[in-house]
Amino acid sequence: MSILVGENTRLLVQGLGRDGSFQANRTREYGTNMVAAVHPGRDGTKFEDEVPYFSTVSKAVEETGANTGVIFVPAPFAMDAIIEQVDAGLELVVCITEGVPVLDMVKVMAYIKDKTTRLIGSNCPGVLSPASKAKVGIVPGNIVQPGNVGVVSRSGTLTYEAIAQLVQHGMGQSTCVGIGGDPVHGTTFTDVLELFQADDETEAIVLIGEIGGIREQLAADYIKEHVTKPVVAAIAGSSAPAGKRMGHAGAIITGKAALASEKNKALEAAGVHVVESPALIGAKMKEVLG
Amino acid sequence: MNIHEYQAKAILDKFGVPTPKAEVASTPAEAKEIASRIGGRVVVKAQVHAGGRGKVGGVKLVNSPEEAEQVAASLLGTRLVTNQTGANGVPVDKVMIAETLDIKDELYISIVIDGDIGAPLVMASTEGGMDIEEVAESTPEKIFRVAGDPLIGLTTYHARDIALALGVPAKAVRATTKLITDLYNVFVENDCSLVEINPLVVTEDDQVIALDAKINLEDDALFRHPELAKLRDPNQQDPLEQRSDKAELAYVKLEGGRVGCMVNGAGLAMATMDITKAAGADPANFLDIGGSADQARIEEAFKIIIGDDDVEMILVNLFAGIARSDIVAQGIVAAAKETNASVPMVVAMRGTNAKEGIKILADSGLNITGAPDLAGAAEVLKAKLLELGSSN
Repeated sequence: MSILVGENTRLLVQGLGRDGSFQANRTREYGTNMVAAVHPGRDGTKFEDEVPYFSTVSKAVEETGANTGVIFVPAPFAMDAIIEQVDAGLELVVCITEGVPVLDMVKVMAYIKDKTTRLIGSNCPGVLSPASKAKVGIVPGNIVQPGNVGVVSRSGTLTYEAIAQLVQHGMGQSTCVGIGGDPVHGTTFTDVLELFQADDETEAIVLIGEIGGIREQLAADYIKEHVTKPVVAAIAGSSAPAGKRMGHAGAIITGKAALASEKNKALEAAGVHVVESPALIGAKMKEVLG
Repeated sequence: MNIHEYQAKAILDKFGVPTPKAEVASTPAEAKEIASRIGGRVVVKAQVHAGGRGKVGGVKLVNSPEEAEQVAASLLGTRLVTNQTGANGVPVDKVMIAETLDIKDELYISIVIDGDIGAPLVMASTEGGMDIEEVAESTPEKIFRVAGDPLIGLTTYHARDIALALGVPAKAVRATTKLITDLYNVFVENDCSLVEINPLVVTEDDQVIALDAKINLEDDALFRHPELAKLRDPNQQDPLEQRSDKAELAYVKLEGGRVGCMVNGAGLAMATMDITKAAGADPANFLDIGGSADQARIEEAFKIIIGDDDVEMILVNLFAGIARSDIVAQGIVAAAKETNASVPMVVAMRGTNAKEGIKILADSGLNITGAPDLAGAAEVLKAKLLELGSSN
């Protein structure tokens, strides 16, 4: 079994502008079951002549039985789209949109606290499970291969980098999860670790963190107590200066705990195989799995 | 986005937070005029986007309007170099003239977003005037923390708790509680990423006043605050960062680095900086060209990288998903030819149209060494750096 997405995924895509449409096409090419498109004013027409358009998420869910949503709407409207998808009862909501105001995400997280919907992102590449051909987001389908390593990362391109290294060393992936680069985000490292630990298909885990926040330390605490599967980790940003935002809103050294060295230390203390360089993820996993 | 102290003060004033009487001057004559209007001893403060200005003569006490004029003349038009600026410093285009206060106690208060709590966090300390990082390190028990509620805000009782923890005089508790509530509103209503008052002072007559003010605005929320977006002062930025802002490139200049980095994706860009450092050279910049950059933007990115005089080599690391390698390659070649750049390049290209991109670079006649992947790029870079070192 994969985690978060799978053969039962019935995907709703919200926001089909240039990028959203491009990605929706890649998603369908990959073999994912896209059942609904939501974009204002296109009611009654079809995306690529096949997938029905709706003006509202609730109507789309009612008519198509969609259970998973992905969001490509521009940042000023992302909070609204997330809440609309949560209110429509989707089980999983993935927000790809970058540049969502932090205080919007603060409100979103407070709003969904007691809801059953799981949110991934904002500012993330989403989730892909190679064995079940389920792609919810923008992870390129042509670089993955089915297998038994779970990948979880704060960064999109470093997720691809880790996947490529695994493939190069002959290892496929169970599920790849990009949790996103924003300081306030839905699903955390800890949440994904819990799912990977419980997932029969996953034998080992790659965790890619970066400077900023304390989520890697919380992941280390969780691993120490609950994760028996081997974990290989890399933290990006050891060469970054303090106080400067490195692209991602959350990638900024604001205090000691935000340093790559502190995160490495915490993960090592939890028994994680920490690689010095993000270039060594694949080689280390090969060594760990023998 | 950083703003100046005088701009932060104007925002605090609007929200009812008590600040010292102060005005901003662009000329020595204005400084003199303001000082005489305020009267008595005043302080002249250089308006720059950098901390540490007090230690390098950027903040001076003066006793007369004439002295204020002299000090303003000595600061305006100069560049201030502090421990937070590069070697070139930042220009002093304005000075703020502020009244002096009889200070009994110096306190600290700030508000940031705590990503792990998922809410604005108020931090207060009795150790005003000090570097809060140092206080957190050496005496963490002296920092009092309260998170606001994302939907309700900061309740009055929470603000009162903070006022009491700060130990303000009994008759100032009510005013301090209001000040803290108002500060919280400043943070939330302006989409700030930082509001920091250091020091927050208690005067001899038990007034509580924000003596200094630092406000950073969240870039991602400026679209809904057009008035605040106008507060941007590009003169305070590194010229290369100014250019990259215009081109909508995520670029950060790193002091003293030798290897320019051109990468797609923030995580990969950081990883590329890390392998550069591990290979023995400091990276000259962080640069994420993003997923949808066209050729013009790639050209500008290349020109920004080589616009940095410290750059001796360029590492291009592309893992193209949405981005197209051939377009990136065309942009690099066009910019290198236009600028006659002879700087050696190490290039790793993977993903969409990587073969086409590599061919364009190989056929360009530029000084380029290919690398298969991230680990390979580290190896090639190391060898190239040795070559460069021995030829110098």
